[in-house]
Amino acid sequence: MFGINKIKPRIDDFLVEIGALSYFSGRFFREVFKRPFEFKELLRQCFNMGNRSLLLVGITGFIIGLVLTLQTRPTLQEFGAVSWMPSMVGISIVREIGPMITALVCAGRIGSGIGAELGSMRVTEQIDAMEVSGTNPFKYLVVTRVLAITLMLPLLVVVGDAVALYGSYLVEHLKGDVSFNLYFNQVFDSLEFGDIIPATVKSFFFGFAIGIVGCFKGYYCNKGTEGVGKAANSAVVFTSLLLFVIDFIAVFVADIFYEL
Amino acid sequence: MMVQHNISAKKEGIETQTIVLEIKDLYKSFGDNHVLNGFNMKLHQGENLVIMGKSGSGKSVMIKCLVGLMEADRGSISVMQNDITTLNQEALDILRADIGFLFQGSALYDSMTVRENLEFPLRRHTKKFDGAIDTETLIVEALENVGLVDAIDLMPSELSGGMKRRIALARTLILRPKIILYDEPTSGLDPITAKEIIILMQDIQKKYNTSSLIITHDVDCARVISDRMILLIDGVDYAVGTFKELSALKDPKVRAFFKQ
Repeated sequence: MFGINKIKPRIDDFLVEIGALSYFSGRFFREVFKRPFEFKELLRQCFNMGNRSLLLVGITGFIIGLVLTLQTRPTLQEFGAVSWMPSMVGISIVREIGPMITALVCAGRIGSGIGAELGSMRVTEQIDAMEVSGTNPFKYLVVTRVLAITLMLPLLVVVGDAVALYGSYLVEHLKGDVSFNLYFNQVFDSLEFGDIIPATVKSFFFGFAIGIVGCFKGYYCNKGTEGVGKAANSAVVFTSLLLFVIDFIAVFVADIFYEL
Repeated sequence: MMVQHNISAKKEGIETQTIVLEIKDLYKSFGDNHVLNGFNMKLHQGENLVIMGKSGSGKSVMIKCLVGLMEADRGSISVMQNDITTLNQEALDILRADIGFLFQGSALYDSMTVRENLEFPLRRHTKKFDGAIDTETLIVEALENVGLVDAIDLMPSELSGGMKRRIALARTLILRPKIILYDEPTSGLDPITAKEIIILMQDIQKKYNTSSLIITHDVDCARVISDRMILLIDGVDYAVGTFKELSALKDPKVRAFFKQ
């Protein structure tokens, strides 16, 4: 009984937070189609989130491609199946590893950034100042950021996938003397639309989750500078958890479509 | 038992001037913390009304209720004959163009230059200038008023505390408001800079004939700038009168303010 009493407030808080996040997401969908549209700010955010994450996503993808190939090669060699390497790496990167790793990297970089930025704006009354000046801060700050990361993440995933495959090719080239054309022909031969479409759709949801959680945590930040740190931190933790839940649902739904 | 002192304002003509802002019976609580318990006030055209109270007495809550940043539990707030508690968002935004708000911490937008900070309120209020709006002229004029034209392309992080406060004042002025609300305009500033800000506030009042509501706990600021004062104690307008009248009162709660 004692244990339940201790956990109950935490569960209550968690459910309240989920409710508030759902309401916040609902407000996003109500505001996104309303005028005035903040195109200039949207483009600025797309640039900030997309362009400035490219290097990080690229480096992460490259290392993942290298490591995945290096780790898998000995096992495939044992079974005499090294020729399957491009197909195996291609499918695993495009379907799962690429979107997930890119989303996790972006949750760390962009999600925490949004949480900290909006949190800081909240505690320094910048959001209030915006509201007093007649600008809808939700539309200007939240809608633009959520849209930007939702649109940019699939593009970052494509870049991440491409660089990861290139990393994998480099290992294969060095260790197995495989040519660029041969490697990528095998990769693309093994890929189907059924691999690419669910991964792309999933990336939009990942982007939305990163944006909405980061904005939610920052927008309702309180308790001064301590609150800003907490907002940034909990944005990353909550988003990471949510990404895995979305990934599970996406795989589950895609599986149903495969069977049909 | 609560004693309320209402001493009529002696400044010539003030009582006969138009009331631009009126609060009747305002209540606001946060859980069990009853911050405002039936607060009343009137601000006349061209008047400088100072509201003094201890930290946590509800001054900032009251001023935020005034511009619709917080919702009051009970009571009416009339700004230029508009009851803001009943206005829809669009009407409230239009009305906000006539209310300037100088935030305690200046609340300049960190990611924007001084020019962009001043441009920001103009985006939504072009109608106020009949569509014929020369942004650059307005920005330069506002910066000239605060003596900081040279800072036009600087970022807020490059400004001192006093400069930030001046720029915030310029941003407040850019929409030519009829009422200016000052939330602790001199807090966090050294005595010399605080005096400069007070002089600036007086100059602006004279130049634009604005009505000012000044929230402060700085007795010197109140002495210099106030036409009339309200002491906010226990959530009510405990004492009302000129600085001279209130400082002469024997009530211990009132005396506590002037002992500083």
